[in-house]
Amino acid sequence: MNEVLMEILNLSKHFILDTNLFGKPTIVLKAVDDVSFTINKGEAFGLVGESGCGKTTLGKILVNLHSPTHGKIVFEGKELTALNDKQRRSYCKDIQMIFQDPYGSLNPRMTVGDIIAEPIIINQLLPANKVEERVIYLLNCVGLAQHQRNRYPHEFSGGQRQRVGIARALAVEPKLIVCDEAVSALDVSIQAQVLNLLVDLKKEFGLTYLFIAHGLNVVKHISDRVGVMYLGKMVEITSKRELYSNPLHPYTQALLSAIPIMNPEKKKERIILKGDVPSPINPPAGCRFCSRCFKELDQCKLKEPLLKQVSPNHWVACHLFE
Amino acid sequence: MLMEVKALSTEFKLKRGTVRAVDDISFTIDEGEILAIVGESGSGKSVTALSIMGLLQNPGRIAGGEILFKSQDLNKLSQKELQKIRGNRISMIFQEPMTSLNPVWRIKDQIMESIMTHMKVSQKEALARTIEMLDTVGIPSPAERANDYPHQMSGGMRQRVMTAMALSCGPDLLIADEPTTALDVTIQAQILELLYRMREKFGMAVLLITHDLGVVSEAADRVIVMYCGKIVEEADVKSLFARPLHPYTVGLLQSIPQIDDESDEPLYMIKGMVPNPLRMPRGCPFSDRCDRCLERCSQEMPKLQDVDGHKVRCFLYDVVSEGGHAQNE
Ligand SMILES: Nc1ncnc2c1ncn2[C@@H]1O[C@H](COP(=O)(O)OP(=O)(O)OP(=O)(O)O)[C@@H](O)[C@H]1O
Ligand SMILES: Nc1ncnc2c1ncn2[C@@H]1O[C@H](COP(=O)(O)OP(=O)(O)O)[C@@H](O)[C@H]1O
Ligand code: SF4
Ligand code: SF4
Ligand SMILES: [Mg+2]
Ligand SMILES: [Mg+2]
Repeated sequence: MNEVLMEILNLSKHFILDTNLFGKPTIVLKAVDDVSFTINKGEAFGLVGESGCGKTTLGKILVNLHSPTHGKIVFEGKELTALNDKQRRSYCKDIQMIFQDPYGSLNPRMTVGDIIAEPIIINQLLPANKVEERVIYLLNCVGLAQHQRNRYPHEFSGGQRQRVGIARALAVEPKLIVCDEAVSALDVSIQAQVLNLLVDLKKEFGLTYLFIAHGLNVVKHISDRVGVMYLGKMVEITSKRELYSNPLHPYTQALLSAIPIMNPEKKKERIILKGDVPSPINPPAGCRFCSRCFKELDQCKLKEPLLKQVSPNHWVACHLFE
Repeated sequence: MLMEVKALSTEFKLKRGTVRAVDDISFTIDEGEILAIVGESGSGKSVTALSIMGLLQNPGRIAGGEILFKSQDLNKLSQKELQKIRGNRISMIFQEPMTSLNPVWRIKDQIMESIMTHMKVSQKEALARTIEMLDTVGIPSPAERANDYPHQMSGGMRQRVMTAMALSCGPDLLIADEPTTALDVTIQAQILELLYRMREKFGMAVLLITHDLGVVSEAADRVIVMYCGKIVEEADVKSLFARPLHPYTVGLLQSIPQIDDESDEPLYMIKGMVPNPLRMPRGCPFSDRCDRCLERCSQEMPKLQDVDGHKVRCFLYDVVSEGGHAQNE
């Protein structure tokens, strides 16, 4: 049976962009708005959606880089959002994040060995004389060599820097890793190397992933279940097989149909959406997708559809399925 | 034939040595054809485009070769003569639209300026054409949005505005350098559809530069695969995807997760990484990563030769190889 590792309940993050004289918010950006889902132990949960839909913000809330405006996070039965700062911090090492930009996320003045050792020392995970051995072990795990220990990040390629970021995340023996566009910036030949590495490490260390990416083929390769976000909302959640063979939400359908396929003999029927993603500061009333939807009903502009279970393991937020 | 590039080489002289970013490449583009160039970052795609446009910045310079556009060598023209062709007969769109849009000018002023530089039209006609172009590329309420500044538009809209500007003088050749790389897939689909529609409507040729093989498969007629500044394979798009010949092309196609693949097998991996451009291997540039590397591969440079309707640079297809028999399979 699936054991729940993390439960996310009605989570929101609202950024206040402007206030009036009395400190009352006048412009509010709802980056993540009332999102609920669960992540099972040992699975890779894929999160897709277009730029600005709130994926990174959601990931950052889970690793405590943002505090949520509303909602609960329950991790291994413990409600993290009810803890005070000090108690919360003791859970930080269990949930790690790998970032898209391997350049920006590593300190350029530290050797890669020291970068990997730092979280071990800060969290006092090992006696001082055992740290070095562990650093070398981690370097090997991610496919780097012992002699590269004393090099600096700028001496590495993008793919190698991403490996260093992965080793640093692994150093504290996390249970959940949020991979935010971890392979998006890499060339295809290097992307395959890092994806295979992530799959191997997951098996070896019994890890759970929240895998954020906009590349749907990449998400499909690595994930067990997938959630689709649009303008701060979760619009569909299901197993990857079901999502790719039977997408229900019109946005998911458009997203899937937009992926170029690598077979020039087949010209694919394509749903070309009109317009752009609206601004999250002023999202359309009712269903947020209604300004671009090709199946819009009368009630769509009036009422917001809620995420509902339509078949075992398949959740969708759309008036077509009520 | 619209354009013929002959033995083009482009170099960057750096303190630590000379980078030959484009190394002896030759290709042609026919009227109305979409030719794609693919390759990983640093393989010389953008430098090829900038060389053609005469937009190389110091310390870059064309070290040799000819760029024949309608039989005229662009490389021999003065900047002033080039200017007449650029933006008129040949225009270019970039990955980041802000490199060609001026942030302090209204959209309409930028497009009108470009039209009036190249065509003999009145201000009124230029404005009418601007609005028509904005409409063609799918900007809603074009007459109003023409008054916007670039920052008031989304990334996808800016890309469309840049395309409108590039197309406003009806070029014969559009060079599009990663036109969809910074965009979301649903917007990418809109832009690709737009390029396709413009080709049908105006019959222009497109040199489409991308690292995304999915985009190539959807849009191109013919494909050039570059690796380390060299052409390693060239073929008709259908043939390239059905029967890739060069080990690098084969590896690339296999290492991409397929949307219709149901297996949980690990992805095929090309080992290692692209060599440092200052320390190129002596022989085949792919030799240190190639699964099928032969002894001579690290010693000599294979030639680009015709094999089964492809051009391919690899000793596996050498008809008279060292052993005296064909290794082609
Ligand atoms: N610190 C912040 N202050 C104000 N707004 C923010 C902040 N961080 C993010 N946002 C806004 O919240 C929304 C969601 O951003 P987020 O980075 O989560 O998107 P994303 O889904 O990760 O997009 P991408 O695919 O481009 O990485 C965006 O509109 C963004 O501009
Ligand atoms: N301004 C420059 N100065 C020095 N080297 C450059 C410059 N521009 C490009 N190069 C080098 O030329 C090679 C090809 O670059 P480019 O054409 O931009 O690659 P891409 O195929 O990613 O477009 C790379 O090795 C790059 O480092
Ligand atoms: S609720 Fe209506 S507008 Fe929204 S996705 Fe469904 S059909 Fe389209
Ligand atoms: S020439 Fe040799 S090393 Fe180069 S691609 Fe062919 S087999 Fe591989
Ligand atoms: Mg993000
Ligand atoms: Mg480039």
